[in-house]
This record gives sequence, C-alpha cells and structure tokens, in this order.
Amino acid sequence: MKPASFDYVRAESAEHAVQALAAAGGDGKVIAGGQSLMPMMNFRLVKPSVLVDINRIPGLDAVQMRGDRIVLGALVRHRMTATDMLIQKHIPVLHHAMKHVAHLTVRNRGTFCGSVCHADPAAEMPMMSLLLNGAVHIVSPRGERTLAAQDFFVGSLVTALEPDELVTEIEIDTLPAGTGWGFEEFARRHGDYALAAVAVTMQRRDGVALDVRIGLMGVGEMPMRAPQIEAMLEVREIDAALLDEAIDALRASLEPNSDLNASADYRRHLAGVLARRAISDAWARAEKGAAA
Amino acid sequence: MSERTEIAVSVNGLSYTRTVEPRMLLADFLRHELGLTGTHVGCEHGVCGACTVLLDGRSARSCLTLAVQADGADIETVEGQGTVEKLGRIQQAFRDHHGLQCGFCTPGFIMTIADMLRHHSLDSDEEIREALSGNICRCTGYEHIVNAVRELAKERGALK
Repeated sequence: MKPASFDYVRAESAEHAVQALAAAGGDGKVIAGGQSLMPMMNFRLVKPSVLVDINRIPGLDAVQMRGDRIVLGALVRHRMTATDMLIQKHIPVLHHAMKHVAHLTVRNRGTFCGSVCHADPAAEMPMMSLLLNGAVHIVSPRGERTLAAQDFFVGSLVTALEPDELVTEIEIDTLPAGTGWGFEEFARRHGDYALAAVAVTMQRRDGVALDVRIGLMGVGEMPMRAPQIEAMLEVREIDAALLDEAIDALRASLEPNSDLNASADYRRHLAGVLARRAISDAWARAEKGAAA
Repeated sequence: MSERTEIAVSVNGLSYTRTVEPRMLLADFLRHELGLTGTHVGCEHGVCGACTVLLDGRSARSCLTLAVQADGADIETVEGQGTVEKLGRIQQAFRDHHGLQCGFCTPGFIMTIADMLRHHSLDSDEEIREALSGNICRCTGYEHIVNAVRELAKERGALK
C-alpha cells in the first residue's frame, strides 16, 4: 500500500515536463491532482519509473473565454470548475454536474484535465468533454497537436495520449443563452463513482428541439454520445410518444458491463430512466429559455 | 535512482527540514519523520478521509500527496487544533455533541471541518452532510458530527 520507488521531477514548464517524459522512455507518468493516480500507485497498479509533477508550472490554472469557447488549463481543480462564474453562466450543465464529483477534499486537488486523461468511463469530466465538443491541446517534444475529445478516448482508462505527451488545456463549448439542459446521475453513495449518468443539452425553436446532444457514462468501455438518439430527437417536438421511442432505442443500443455493483441489464434499464429524466428536463428548460 | 530530496515545510507554524524519498507519502512523513501521529492512516487510497490535513489552507488527503510535493507548503494537522488541556473549538464541539466514539476518524473529520468553516457557507444540513461525505466514521456517529458542525457554523455566522 505504498508506491514503488520512482524518480521525481518537478517540472518548471510544459517543455521541461515533456522532456522529462521523453527521457523516461515511455515509463514516465504525469501527476497533477493525483486523486486517481496516487491510489493506483499506492496499490502498485501503476509503477512509473519517473513521476513528472506539473503542479508548479505557472499559467495552467486558469478558466478563460477564448472566442465563444471556454478553456480549462491543466491545473484547474474541480473546486475551481465548480465555482467558476463563467462556467456557471455559460455552461450550467457542467456547473451542475460538478455537484456529483467526489467530495470536498478530492475536489480541492483533482483536476478537469487530469480526469479526462484518466478516462474513467464512470467519471463526469470525460463525458462532459465529449458532450461539449472538447478539444484536447497536447504538447510533446515533437510539437503541439489538438485532438477532438471523441478521438481522445480509446478505451476504459485508455487515451490516444503518447507517453511523452502532456495535456496543457482543454477547450469546450459554451452553450447559447436559453439552451436547455438536464443532468441525471445515480451512484450508490453521493460522490461515489456513478453506476450511470446522462447529460443532455438542446435548444428549442418553433416548438422543436435543435442541436440535441446526449452524453452517457458508466454504461460502456468509454464515455459516449448517443448520435442515433440525438438524430431521432432533432427537429422534433419531444412528446411522450417520441420519448418512449427514444428510450427504447437507447436501451437497445447499449451494451453495458456487469460488475459487483450492477448487472448489465440493471445499467441498461437505469440509463433509460436517467435519460428520460434528463431529456425531459432539457426540453422543459429549453422552453423557458425560448420564452425568455 | 529515486534520489532523496530535501524538503522544507511548515507544520502547525513550526518549520521542519528533512530529506525524503520521493515515494514517501505526506501521511507517513508527518507520522514517521515528524512524529505527528495525530494524522491517521486508514485506507491509503483516498476513500476514508482519516488522513485529511490542510495544505496551504485547503483540505487534502495526505495519503494521496507525496511529501516532496508539499515542499514549501504550509501544513496544518490535528495537533495544531488544540491540546488535551486546551481543546480547540472544533474539538470542543465534538466533545459537547458526542461527535466521536472510537476516535480513529476524528482527526480527519476535524481537519475537513476546519476547511468547511473557512470556505463553505454551510447554510443547510444538506450542505453540511455533503461537505462531510468524504469522511467515513466506522462507528457511524454521523448525526452527532453534523450536530457539532451545525453549532460551529451558527457560531461562525455568514461567510465573509
């Protein structure tokens, strides 16, 4: 229950960090908040030869507007995401989702970007980055690149990140004023890993839903969008019959895992219940938005 | 490899300099290097909250923090809250409300509550319970702990 030994590098800049990762020859690991990595190191599930600490790199701890998108630096803690006024105003669905993220003490340390890099299929940040068309900015000794969130996630706890690459920031959509949203999560204990969660955003114009987005977590190997269900609801009035049809189609499309906490059938059923609530909430909030 | 590194920290207002292995957890550093055994180690993977300390004024799991990461930091532990002769305010509230039974989880709760009282509005029982939810009490004395925090929050008044 103690980490295996490793070399420690306190990075002074992103360049310094990726040089240290490159020098580690594929066996280096980046630590930001450490709220997922440290437990894995304590259990010796992860045994990096070099640990690169990015916590003291200046300039990575800001939430800021860039055009009509919001950028979160690699050291933006969950507490900052949860209390940031820009996010509360422009991405209320993310503001709300933060209430479900772990506990006060973990939120003090854990980071948005770190959670995305950890890529737990039952964590909120990976799903939110998909829902909000996230762009992941990456640096390495070879230069910079940007990956769309949907290309970043490769599997459970697996991303497209190379061993010598560092995520410096993630850019996400803001939502136009009046956008309806819904967020529903079920966990056995508050703040614990979710059995399933669903996030939905949409606009409503002339009585129909537009730009419908549905994000799901906990029901597959990766966080996911539901493009087929999004398309079913697009430019339609969301009434009870359409909702029934959409939930049936959603359940049919899912292949969740069974584990100690819940069977695949239970998760499939749960995802449908949560999706029904989240879609209904988003539709109702979009109506208020349209009226205002 | 894994070169030992010199670190300097302030713990409860006192300065310490020690040389540590990078893999040493802050919890073990406090207990074994500094002899401050008030910080308890329960699960060692960030679930139970027993090892909670304040790192630059905010609560942190000392089992998920490396001692080298705390270099230069201002750390507060339960030893800084009071003494047996003169209990700190949070400790006194725990005594008054029977907020502990076996006491193993208590140092972690006390430090989490120190963060809560400094930074969180604690307007409702719901908020108090949510803020406490990262700390586990095996004796399940939660009701009394919530009572203690409610009194402390009332006494403090609105957050400035």
